[in-house]
Amino acid sequence: MVTIASLKKGQRAIIKQFSVDVVPLKLLEMGCLPGNEVTLVQIAPFQDPLYLNINGSHLAIRKETASQIEIELILNS
Amino acid sequence: MAKQINVALVGNPNTGKTSVFNNLTGLKQQVGNYPGITVEKKQGTCKLSRNVKAHVIDLPGTYSLNASSLDENVVIELLLNRKDKDYPDVAVVVADVENLKRNLLLFTQIKDLGIPTILAINMADRMKRKAISLDIQKLEKKLETKIALISSRKNEGFDYLKELITNYSQLNTTPCVNASVIAPAYFDRLRKTFPNQDLYKLWLVITQDVNFGKLDRQELKGVASFKTESAGNLKRLQQKETIARYKFINEVLKETLVIDKSSAKDLRSRLDRILMHKFWGYVIFLGILLLIFQAIFDWSTYPMDFIDSSFASFSEWAKGALPPGDFTNLIAEGIIPGLGGIVIFIPQIAFLFLFISILEESGYMSRVVFLMDRIMRRFGLSGKSVVPLISGTACAIPAIMATRNIENWKERLITILVTPFTTCAARLPVYLIIISLVIPEQRVLGIFTLQGLTLLFMYMLGFGAAIFSAWLLDRFLKIKSKTFFVVEMPNYKLPLFKNVAITVIEKTKSFVLGAGKIILAISVILWVLASYGPGKFNDAEAIVTQEHISETLTEQELDTKIASYKLEHSYIGILGKTIEPAVAPLGYDWKIGIAIVSSFAAREVFVGTLATIYSVGSEEEETIKNRMAAEINPILGTPRFNFASGISLLLFYAFAMQCMSTIAIVKRETNGWKWPIWQFTIMTVIAYVAALGAYQIFK
Repeated sequence: MVTIASLKKGQRAIIKQFSVDVVPLKLLEMGCLPGNEVTLVQIAPFQDPLYLNINGSHLAIRKETASQIEIELILNS
Repeated sequence: MAKQINVALVGNPNTGKTSVFNNLTGLKQQVGNYPGITVEKKQGTCKLSRNVKAHVIDLPGTYSLNASSLDENVVIELLLNRKDKDYPDVAVVVADVENLKRNLLLFTQIKDLGIPTILAINMADRMKRKAISLDIQKLEKKLETKIALISSRKNEGFDYLKELITNYSQLNTTPCVNASVIAPAYFDRLRKTFPNQDLYKLWLVITQDVNFGKLDRQELKGVASFKTESAGNLKRLQQKETIARYKFINEVLKETLVIDKSSAKDLRSRLDRILMHKFWGYVIFLGILLLIFQAIFDWSTYPMDFIDSSFASFSEWAKGALPPGDFTNLIAEGIIPGLGGIVIFIPQIAFLFLFISILEESGYMSRVVFLMDRIMRRFGLSGKSVVPLISGTACAIPAIMATRNIENWKERLITILVTPFTTCAARLPVYLIIISLVIPEQRVLGIFTLQGLTLLFMYMLGFGAAIFSAWLLDRFLKIKSKTFFVVEMPNYKLPLFKNVAITVIEKTKSFVLGAGKIILAISVILWVLASYGPGKFNDAEAIVTQEHISETLTEQELDTKIASYKLEHSYIGILGKTIEPAVAPLGYDWKIGIAIVSSFAAREVFVGTLATIYSVGSEEEETIKNRMAAEINPILGTPRFNFASGISLLLFYAFAMQCMSTIAIVKRETNGWKWPIWQFTIMTVIAYVAALGAYQIFK
């Protein structure tokens, strides 16, 4: 499964799906919803957390959560 | 009589909502607490026209009405309760022009409550830089509201915003999103059961875990039956709701918002690259920490010395100027030295709040959270624990309140439990006075002073103790909780002087007033206990004169002997002698014992207590430090405050949990006595053992 956790720095992707039970509501409200675009902006020094741009919002989440969110890569990025 | 309009300011964090509040109300604001909880309640007034004024409440920042913390609960509790005296006539949603899409989510939720809602789009001055263009008229039409484009930085657009507030009754209150589209069947059932209720409000009451204390339960009977849906199902519905709202917002913005990304200047990514660099990021963070400590240890000593000597002469002056008697003694020996012990903190507290508020305002704090999360997690903490641990160097109370945004309960609990180890400002006067007494004034390597290094060591010790005990707690606490961690990385902003100044003044004021009350009360009690006593106390003069009848003493020497005899036989002396066996192994006499016992109310009381005890009965006024230096250990003949007893005191204060207010706040934040009692007991035991060990080794 390709997830946000497997993104490389600068890569863009479209969020496909995730189970609402493992992703906090707050993250959904910040724009993490199926169909929205996500870009990996930066990775923290010890490989965790991840700094993302989701749907125009800049936010950081831990890898653990990121690995629950399935994505589809935008290839030409 | 002037007409008053209740205005609620709501908005996401980092939208400059507080600057909007400051601009509207100026210094006409009060900061208090919501009854029963420690969420800060900020309100103020704003004159709209000759006979209309606005009563503005600055509600805590929130991303949505689905509350996930105590602060956010306050928002929904007010907005759902028509009977609250603060229930808004009109809500102003403050949005950041660069995050309009996300900010509108909250806007649609609030408008759907049926409250007249104005949209204030802030930071309009950045639109050009970021190549953002907005069709305001069209946006107003689509959202069915009035919009004010404002800039709190340039103070623009506020007259129009005030005009909109004045004419709030003309606003349209049609909902943006019809709640029943989320799940038609479910909402149909709701409507049938509560034919006269607003569906969206009902839905919020069902899904929120808020204690609707003031809400009329009568009209909401039967709501419980709708909670039969499992938590997972409700969350799925909430997701559907969020999707429906974003669908609406995307539709609205598609025709009204254009961002030309190619010509936008991007300061964020350039700063991020340096500030969050795997090497330079940490170097910069460390540098900032050092700067903060430099300010606290070095720069603030000048005003502090001034305050210390001013209070000594003030006390002397009061003694001379007022008619002699018990009342004058109470003022000159009890109240003034006691107050001096708190006023002396102001420079340090102000510096700390200054730096913390600049770091928060500029957006840098979130970067620190990002940089530190992985490291902190090793110790069972979260990146978000960094903020409480740094604020803890000012005061544990706001620091423990700052743990509220840690989503994971175990990480939050550990942060709450270890934060009191960090060296708060209240420990400083104790450290400063002891260090200046027992550590020689010597330079090391030409630049550092030995005293300064000792102080730095005490800070490191505090952090070390916090981190180490966090690691231990992480091993031993068996709590399972989901690791939720979401941090917004806001835009970098130059902090606004006005906002920073107001924060520093407000925080310092509330700290000084809060601590001041305790200190004042304790000073008075101590003075009374030290100035009166049973039996022998009242015959002191006769007894002492009798004892020394064969010696030739000057009158002054005799007076001093009488005074110290009196102190020993006063109520406080008797009390102190009773506890002396417990503190003697640590190198303390009964006077220090009393100071320690009284400082279980608050640490800073220590210096004030010694000041009060030492100044009772003495004629000439001296600084506290000189009095302490003159104290002699009668058995050893050495100064009472020597290296061994000094180190022992420093360690005791480093580890002991001597602060009633912190205990109260821990009880509140952990919902019970279990954790504060554990915390208090364990910290006191550690403190006692460490102090005992130090004294026995160095004596």
